[in-house]
Amino acid sequence: MEKQEYLDLYHQMVAIRRMEERAAELYQQGKIGGFLHLYIGQEAVSTGLIAPRTPDDRVITAYRDHGVAYNSGLSAREIMAELLGKATGCSKGKGGSMHMADVKKNFWGGHAIVGAHLPLAAGLALGDLYSKTPGVTICMFGDGATNIGYFHEALNLSKVWNLPVLWVCENNQYGMGTSVERASAVSEIRQKAEGYGIQNAQVDGMNALKVREASAKMLSEIRAGGGPRFLEINTYRFRGHSMGDPERYRKADEVHRYQENDPIGMFRKHIIENGIASEDEIIKLEDAIEEEVRDAVEFAENSPEPAPEELFTNVYVETY
Amino acid sequence: MARLTMREAISQALWEEMERDPKVFIMGEEVGVWGGTYAVTKGFYDHFGAERVRDTPISEAAIIGAGIGAALTGLRPVAELMTINFAFSAMDHIVNEAAKMHYMFGGQMVLPLVIRTVGGGGRQLGATHSQTPDAIFAHFPGLVVVAPGTPADAKGLLKAAIRSNDPVMFIEHATLYQTRGEVPEGDYIVPIGKSTVQRPGKDVTIVTYSKMLELSLKAADQLAKEGVEAEIVDLRTLRPLDMDPVIESFKKTNRAVIVEEGWKSYGVGSEISARIYEEAFDYVDAPVKRVAQKEVPLPYNRTLEQSAIPNVEDIIQAVKEVL
Repeated sequence: MEKQEYLDLYHQMVAIRRMEERAAELYQQGKIGGFLHLYIGQEAVSTGLIAPRTPDDRVITAYRDHGVAYNSGLSAREIMAELLGKATGCSKGKGGSMHMADVKKNFWGGHAIVGAHLPLAAGLALGDLYSKTPGVTICMFGDGATNIGYFHEALNLSKVWNLPVLWVCENNQYGMGTSVERASAVSEIRQKAEGYGIQNAQVDGMNALKVREASAKMLSEIRAGGGPRFLEINTYRFRGHSMGDPERYRKADEVHRYQENDPIGMFRKHIIENGIASEDEIIKLEDAIEEEVRDAVEFAENSPEPAPEELFTNVYVETY
Repeated sequence: MARLTMREAISQALWEEMERDPKVFIMGEEVGVWGGTYAVTKGFYDHFGAERVRDTPISEAAIIGAGIGAALTGLRPVAELMTINFAFSAMDHIVNEAAKMHYMFGGQMVLPLVIRTVGGGGRQLGATHSQTPDAIFAHFPGLVVVAPGTPADAKGLLKAAIRSNDPVMFIEHATLYQTRGEVPEGDYIVPIGKSTVQRPGKDVTIVTYSKMLELSLKAADQLAKEGVEAEIVDLRTLRPLDMDPVIESFKKTNRAVIVEEGWKSYGVGSEISARIYEEAFDYVDAPVKRVAQKEVPLPYNRTLEQSAIPNVEDIIQAVKEVL
């Protein structure tokens, strides 16, 4: 891996962390409405996962999507503007935190009904299979989604049709406040893929490099016509499920234990200790990211509200 | 013009669209090797092959979900739900995904998806297999809901649905497949979102669609013998709803009966009658009457079932009440 790629990964993870911190503040100020699910603690997952994709590869995820959007190439500006419900947001202010997308970047959302996007991912992959285009669909979902029927219908179909899809379970140990042990018949989620004859693996989601490596391997296997693969990425969210979560379901000690292994801190240490970049270079990069996020917030705050007539646009494509 | 059954008309539309556009394909339960539960896709598998006539597992959420996904990539899937009763297993994908995505992502997602399905009772299939829940689907902005009543409309509307860039629920009726009618050959398109007058008249307006069109036409013939000329407006599309022919007719007759097979409460008739009162109140000479299914789950017993579904007599009776 080249130096620049290390710095890119670090850039993405830190940018997500800073964006999410600012989003939490803006939420508390009442500038962001609805729900806000932060990605803090899980940055290494989507950063490592999406790094080896080609522009042909599609990405689709659940509602904890700001980080995934950034990794997929959306700018901090359009993400922040969407959070503020502005016309310049990636979904023109009509989607909000849970419904971000940019089709041109092959990022297909942003889906807020747990598990419902898995059949969609199968369909995206079917599109590439049918049209003989080279894309692989990367579909991310939480551990909670593996207990709903859509998960099982989608995995089954993907195997029956040998679809080019990478199923990625982002196991952050809790579906809202219910731990995996309390909700899932098997706590090792990858075993569910086993039941559908889908090759699978587990990887440490606090280590961006390991995630990147596992993702690259599976993507190339799928691209070679190997059919679906399943990757369980173990991670942990440092914040509540969404803003306003009283977190009665876990102890502060548990959170602190994970925070000691902060994926960003560990990656920073790795870069410096292995002489990939100097601390000065890293600090400069961090300053640039601070500026990028500050600019994004300013852009979002100064952006116009959607025009009133936008209420009635995009209901249908056709005029009847 | 050829005289075709509804089945043949639908089959012809599908066949021609698949020949015309390689992006069109079919997916669903038993659509391929079996040839379609109602034999609509008989012969398709051998002609178009397994890639374009895709048998699926019994997985309604996956059928519609994958249909949405494939449509997002620019394909034009015709995803088939064996009956509309099974649509409830895919309700989330129809309602929360298909109906919302174009709007919710600011217009960037386009879903040229057709969901072909079959509704209606009268075949002794019991409560779970006999429903007419069309109004439920018509409730959601973002969905197009089409329900043809004649073979010609079935062909023309299905072609329009496949060419539309919006998600379309195309609801056929299980007891109309053998109905015959004149069907124009070749590239015949009936525009979506246009109601039409199927029988001119001056004394009363009957508003209906799908299977109940057939019954309403029979009722009108009998009424004509008694000197009552009913004008029949066929909705054909439930959403977006075209009220113009209804209002135009009502302003002439000042009386209306709405006939639907589904339940009366919160139904198509409720919507149409409300709109008549809103848009043509000054023309009302009699209370608008609704003919609909009795408010019970449909029973298996033939006599009981038939007494729950509207029949020709019910329509004649209702017309006489508004005259």
